[in-house]
Amino acid sequence: MEFLPTLWFILIAVLWAGYLFLEGFDLGVGMLLGGFARSERQRRVLINTVGPVWDGNEVWLVTAVGATFAAFPHWYASLLAALYVPLAVVLLALIFRAVAFEYRGKAERELTRRLWTIALCGGSWVTAFGIGVMLAATTTGLPLNANGDRVGGPFAWLTGDTALGGLAVVGFSLAQGLAFVALKTDGDVRQRASRWLARGLPALVLPLVWWALALVVPGQQPAALAALAAGLIAAALAWACAAQRWEGRAFLALGLFLLACIGAIFTAAYPVVLPSTVNAAFDLTVTNASSSPYTLQIMSVIAAFGLPLVLAYQAWTYWVFRRRITEHSIPAAHTVTPLES
Amino acid sequence: MDPLEIARWQFGITTVYHFLMVPLTIGLGVLVAALQTAWVVTGREHYLRMTKFWGKLFLINFIMGVATGLVQEFQFGMAWSEYSRFVGDVFGAPLAMEALLAFFVESIFLGLWIFGWKRLPKLAHLACIWAASLATIVSAYFILVANSWMQHPVGTEMIDGRAVMTDAWAVFTNNTALVTFPHTIFGAFAVAGAFLLGIAWFHLYRRRAAGIDTVDEAGRVVVGASTVHGKNRDETDYRVWFSSLRLGAVVALVSFLGVAFSGHAQAQLMFEQQPMKMAAAEAACHDGTGFSVLSVGDLSGDGATTCDDIVGVYEIPGLLSFLANEDFTTEVKGVNTLLPEYQEKYGTHLPDDSIYGDRAGEEINYLPLMEVTYWGFRIMITLGGLSAAAAAVALWMTRRGTVPRSKWLSRLAVFGILAPFGANSAGWIFTEMGRQPFVVAPNPTFDGVDQVFMFTAAAVSPGVSAGEMLFSLIALTSVYAVLLVVEVVLLCRFIRGGVASAMPELLEDERPESTDDDVLAFAY
Repeated sequence: MEFLPTLWFILIAVLWAGYLFLEGFDLGVGMLLGGFARSERQRRVLINTVGPVWDGNEVWLVTAVGATFAAFPHWYASLLAALYVPLAVVLLALIFRAVAFEYRGKAERELTRRLWTIALCGGSWVTAFGIGVMLAATTTGLPLNANGDRVGGPFAWLTGDTALGGLAVVGFSLAQGLAFVALKTDGDVRQRASRWLARGLPALVLPLVWWALALVVPGQQPAALAALAAGLIAAALAWACAAQRWEGRAFLALGLFLLACIGAIFTAAYPVVLPSTVNAAFDLTVTNASSSPYTLQIMSVIAAFGLPLVLAYQAWTYWVFRRRITEHSIPAAHTVTPLES
Repeated sequence: MDPLEIARWQFGITTVYHFLMVPLTIGLGVLVAALQTAWVVTGREHYLRMTKFWGKLFLINFIMGVATGLVQEFQFGMAWSEYSRFVGDVFGAPLAMEALLAFFVESIFLGLWIFGWKRLPKLAHLACIWAASLATIVSAYFILVANSWMQHPVGTEMIDGRAVMTDAWAVFTNNTALVTFPHTIFGAFAVAGAFLLGIAWFHLYRRRAAGIDTVDEAGRVVVGASTVHGKNRDETDYRVWFSSLRLGAVVALVSFLGVAFSGHAQAQLMFEQQPMKMAAAEAACHDGTGFSVLSVGDLSGDGATTCDDIVGVYEIPGLLSFLANEDFTTEVKGVNTLLPEYQEKYGTHLPDDSIYGDRAGEEINYLPLMEVTYWGFRIMITLGGLSAAAAAVALWMTRRGTVPRSKWLSRLAVFGILAPFGANSAGWIFTEMGRQPFVVAPNPTFDGVDQVFMFTAAAVSPGVSAGEMLFSLIALTSVYAVLLVVEVVLLCRFIRGGVASAMPELLEDERPESTDDDVLAFAY
């Protein structure tokens, strides 16, 4: 076991866990714009629960991918090139989603506002599914040759396993989104979010549990099994808390469930970072996919300094915006009229 | 179709597009932070209005930069996997650092700034916009370190066919990066300066056209107020636009000086590091000392663009030597001298290696597309210079307090906003196209087989089909086209609405401003 590549493998798992923990709920909130919100005011309540924080959450994705590039260039190159089509679609979804956050409230006509709602909502569904596909593919494998290039066609990535991964992130995001909305709002929105969560939680977390089980059970690794068991307990707790309308605890328990599952999945995958379904000899591992020890050292110093700092000021943001949002908190939309001259 | 060509078009389109938003974000962010500082320090109302108005436009633009920046980070792996494998050890580090040290600060503190107007103490709120805007500059530094390494690889050795970082200090203090960084940042401020100048001119003209502001016999401004729009078009409104105009013009002028000096330093390095790029920028086939003002292809031939088809129409003697060496007599090498040197050092044909695919064994063309380098270089300089001259003229014309009552000049000021954008794009297209056929240009000061370089032909993803690339190229380009229209329409609407578009409370002077701190400020 080489120390630095293993450390970076863990760090990348942490970055993905951080991304799914945080953007999980803002993706979920985006998805809820479709069927959950009952009025324009409720849609604005939903959007504003994540308004100040969604962009910071998304940087976890940028950092996870960037860190993979720096620490495991072969992993980065093989995975992203093999998933060309789904990632191109995810990028389009992320673009629409980001722009919709900022431009939706500036739309003056009903039609344009509706289009932005579709962009935000659809962008969230597609992003969640695509990221799930990407993470599932990196644990269950892709048809790669000795150089790490995809040998199947553009849709070789589309298997039951990757679809399950997509559903896993979609389901978790919806659950976490409901928990977050219940925690951050008041009134009708809060009541219904709580109710939906209490009813839907088992179904929503099932795909992620299934993905983790399928990966962890055959390996029989004690650490992965323990993490998975912890995840299952956390999921059960989350359900119990949701039933009791303990919104904060349900949200935290769901978060723990995610962290435990990601921990179990990455532990089971180690030391392989991207298996080849063509030949196990072509598997990318923490050893053969990593950067030089020198680069990893430099990056470790930067991460040791940067990551705690990020956690500190990001936590502060959540503290600043800790208040619940109600329909009363939303100012009236104002129209921009050109000055007459 | 050739996946390589599609991947190159895609990279070019997505990057140039991304860099339409980036310089405005960088320049405007710092200016908004400075304006808010002025408001916090002096308490004067017009600084608050300026902060809110320019801040609103900043946000409309910022989000497009964020959204299109994501594509950049993914496409190295998606479309250029061989490149990513070759350079990842050294190139990935600045990208990861950018995310960890700059993007988080940008996104999180901007969220705090947008939603924190009522929630945070004044100074903490001010610190948020400074943190976010300075982080955009830090982010630019990391990206330029990565790009400069492609222009001039340092701190690296070849180990098992890959570039491996051996000296991070050398990579992060690459002399190419140290001159490119100020050049790019000043270029960004030139954009922001012209933006302020053009929009403020438009509003001052509108006030004059509406008869709100007039001039006395000495040509001095007499500021008025419009009763139709109440507080919205009062004296403070005049001060908003006049201060913005002067600020924009000064920023544009100072930036131009910075761009010119840093650009000169950059050119000097480039004559040394990538002599072919500079020869191609000059369309200089033969060694010489003159700077070409106009060269054209020989139209009598069949349109072939070998070097000798080019005819210099007019050149300034000695200027090229000055650009390269700061004297007027040293001859600068032309394409005809450089070609054999490149061929001797880096081969005449692509090696017979599987990473070149069908292109293995092809003859290497060391001459970048001269139409692009020659005109890119000149368009950059011309637009940059015009923009600075316009700023100087604007300062002089507005010395008595307002703009002339000329619709034509107002339109010119608004269209002038585009000039520095064009200069930035032309500069990037020149420097990236001028690096071809290399994606990582060889560093001529390294010796022997240890040289770290990579041909663009070897960089593309081997496993990705032309169809996939075409799909993403068409999808991204169409989405980008639509979003550009959306952004410009939105910017125009908020610009036309004046300060009130960012401060609706100005239109509601009947009702006292809401003191209910439970209501969000600046909500989505």
